[in-house]
Amino acid sequence: MATQPEVPVATVAAEPAVPSLVDRYFTRWYKADVKGKPCEDHCILQHSNRVCVITLAGSHPVLQSGKTIKSISYQISTNCSRLQNKVSGKFKRGAQFLTELAPLCKIYCSDGEEYTISSCVRGRLMEVNENILHKPSILQEKPSTEGYIAVVLPKFEESKSITEGLLTQKQYEEVVVKRTRAATDTS
Amino acid sequence: MFPLTEENKRVAQLLLSTGTCPRCIFRFCGVDFHAPYKLPYKELLNELQKFLETEKDELVSEVPNPPPKKIRLQELEDGIDRMDNLSQNGEGKISIIEDGSIASKNSNLNVCNVCLGILQDFCEKDFVKMVCEKVGASGFEFTNLVFSVSFPPQLSVREHAAWLLVKQEMGKQSLSLGRNDIVQLKEAYKWITHPLFSEELGVPIDGKSLFEVSVVFAHPETVEDCHFLRAICPDCFKPAKNKQSVFTRMAVMKALNKIKEEDFLKQFPCPPNSPKAVCTVLEIECAHGAVFVAGYCYISLAGRYNKYSRNLPQTPWIIDGQRKLESSVEELISEHLLTVFKAESFNFSSSGREDVDVRTLGNGRPFAIELVNPHRAHFTSQEIKELQQKINNSSNKIQVRDLQIVTREAIGHMKEGEEEKTKTYSALIWTNKAIQRKDIEFLDDIKDLKIDQKTPLRVLHRRPLAVRTRIIHSMETHYVDEHHFRLYLKTQAGTYIKEFVHGDFGRTRPNIGSLMDVTADILELDVESVDVDWPPALDD
Repeated sequence: MATQPEVPVATVAAEPAVPSLVDRYFTRWYKADVKGKPCEDHCILQHSNRVCVITLAGSHPVLQSGKTIKSISYQISTNCSRLQNKVSGKFKRGAQFLTELAPLCKIYCSDGEEYTISSCVRGRLMEVNENILHKPSILQEKPSTEGYIAVVLPKFEESKSITEGLLTQKQYEEVVVKRTRAATDTS
Repeated sequence: MFPLTEENKRVAQLLLSTGTCPRCIFRFCGVDFHAPYKLPYKELLNELQKFLETEKDELVSEVPNPPPKKIRLQELEDGIDRMDNLSQNGEGKISIIEDGSIASKNSNLNVCNVCLGILQDFCEKDFVKMVCEKVGASGFEFTNLVFSVSFPPQLSVREHAAWLLVKQEMGKQSLSLGRNDIVQLKEAYKWITHPLFSEELGVPIDGKSLFEVSVVFAHPETVEDCHFLRAICPDCFKPAKNKQSVFTRMAVMKALNKIKEEDFLKQFPCPPNSPKAVCTVLEIECAHGAVFVAGYCYISLAGRYNKYSRNLPQTPWIIDGQRKLESSVEELISEHLLTVFKAESFNFSSSGREDVDVRTLGNGRPFAIELVNPHRAHFTSQEIKELQQKINNSSNKIQVRDLQIVTREAIGHMKEGEEEKTKTYSALIWTNKAIQRKDIEFLDDIKDLKIDQKTPLRVLHRRPLAVRTRIIHSMETHYVDEHHFRLYLKTQAGTYIKEFVHGDFGRTRPNIGSLMDVTADILELDVESVDVDWPPALDD
């Protein structure tokens, strides 16, 4: 019997020795100015197994300092609530189908502003995050993990193509830089 | 000594006249000792004819004298008249005395109307020799063998018809004939062929042998002989994807048990008519293993494995037809087994599985491998031990212990109660906030913590979405530094440990992060034990 390898000595660091959970398993994709509304940027985390988690990008107005979320609603029209979505079985039968533009929820802020979050990817809705209904602050505290909006499963054959119109991390950062420059120029 | 007695004569005469072979006649006369069946066919036929000839002479000479016999003979002829089906076989009304010689001439050349040749050429020395040559050519190693044979389904139909015929005939002599009074075709076939096989191959026949030689017989007229049963009992013959014909042996037997005697006699000639052809040998197969399933034979091995690599998947990891990593646990283990057992392929199963980056330490994880059609199956425990050593010497990524040959059924122990079993793990955890010893000590006091796990995002694409309650039986913490500690966990099997640590976007609750009010991540995970007490541990 071979000797068991020793347990590696952990490095003493404030940051994990390995990339974060999101960075390890997900690719970040972005959509800027969703539906033409300035700065309403979304971030889509795509797992290597094609599952997409829809989140707010750091630059989204809701995440800017001073904003307070009053409430969040998954009721997107009188007849349709994302809370009614139910999937069953391995093949997730019964899921609501979402196009890129499909609204997922509305965020109402205490300043009277109202924001609509869209799917940004085609696919079937697996679940929405009900935790943010009870505690909207987690959306602001941990927007890219516990404060996610929804989970969408793209079609197998579209798992690559759904991200074609989206920005990569680098492209998104460039957009944000340009936007900040434009803002400072005008001011 | 010739086995038939005076009281068998009429049945023998009747059967011979309708095209039945001597060995089948023995069977229907209930001859239950082996020796007579083993005589060469020609000799048997001659003796039978001689036996019946004397009967004929006696009958002829006796006819004028003792009246009781004459009456019996007349009754017999009347009886035959009443069986309208007999006319299909001969030329209308036949007397036994006339027909005896005709039929015997026929049966000299003809295929038996009951066994379709199975107890004729197919049990004789030449046939056995032919099978043994095939066995020799297959390259299997064996010290004993079990011989199995499969007959065409309509043999049951013909057997049934002949049984009804003989039963009627004996009824006239106020004798009864139960189904069990007949010697089964398979039995007779065994009596004749087993000694021949044993002699030819030089090894004993043993029902418990792992080496099986199987011969499958077929017959071109199966559908013709059986289709009437389908019309009467359609529910016995439902088509199934994996069956080539609806007329399987089991289905035919089921229908025969259901059908009323009078319906059967209306539909099927009794005695059965002479077949146009003899049986054919569909296949002769050799295989090693205790169990046959769907035409394959398996030999099963079990053991426990340790996995010392964080870069080794349990099974080949292939995405879009491309291999992600070069090897896998199952391949490292089975490689050698396939070669040594000379098997065609293998099926690997285990008590749960670990992720590619998870090690399995301690006593290891129980696994079983079924080798399909191994050409060698006899191994001493010493040889298995050497085989295990060979596996262990060939890779430092895995180690195997307790390797042993097991029965196929025993593999069930590994899978049963999988959910109730416990597993222990060791995890290296990172926290975003600086921690002190006192910040983690409370985890040590938590017992049987219920957690709700939504199907982790990482497996959501292939598993149903559900919330599953799992129990963390106990935890033990070992402080490492301000941002790291080691967590030992004892949990219910089926708990997703990684998700319990990082929370999976808040989808596993509570989780280590929520309990400690930090963001936690898991850097390393090891399985310390899989608490399944199978397979039994072996002494070193």
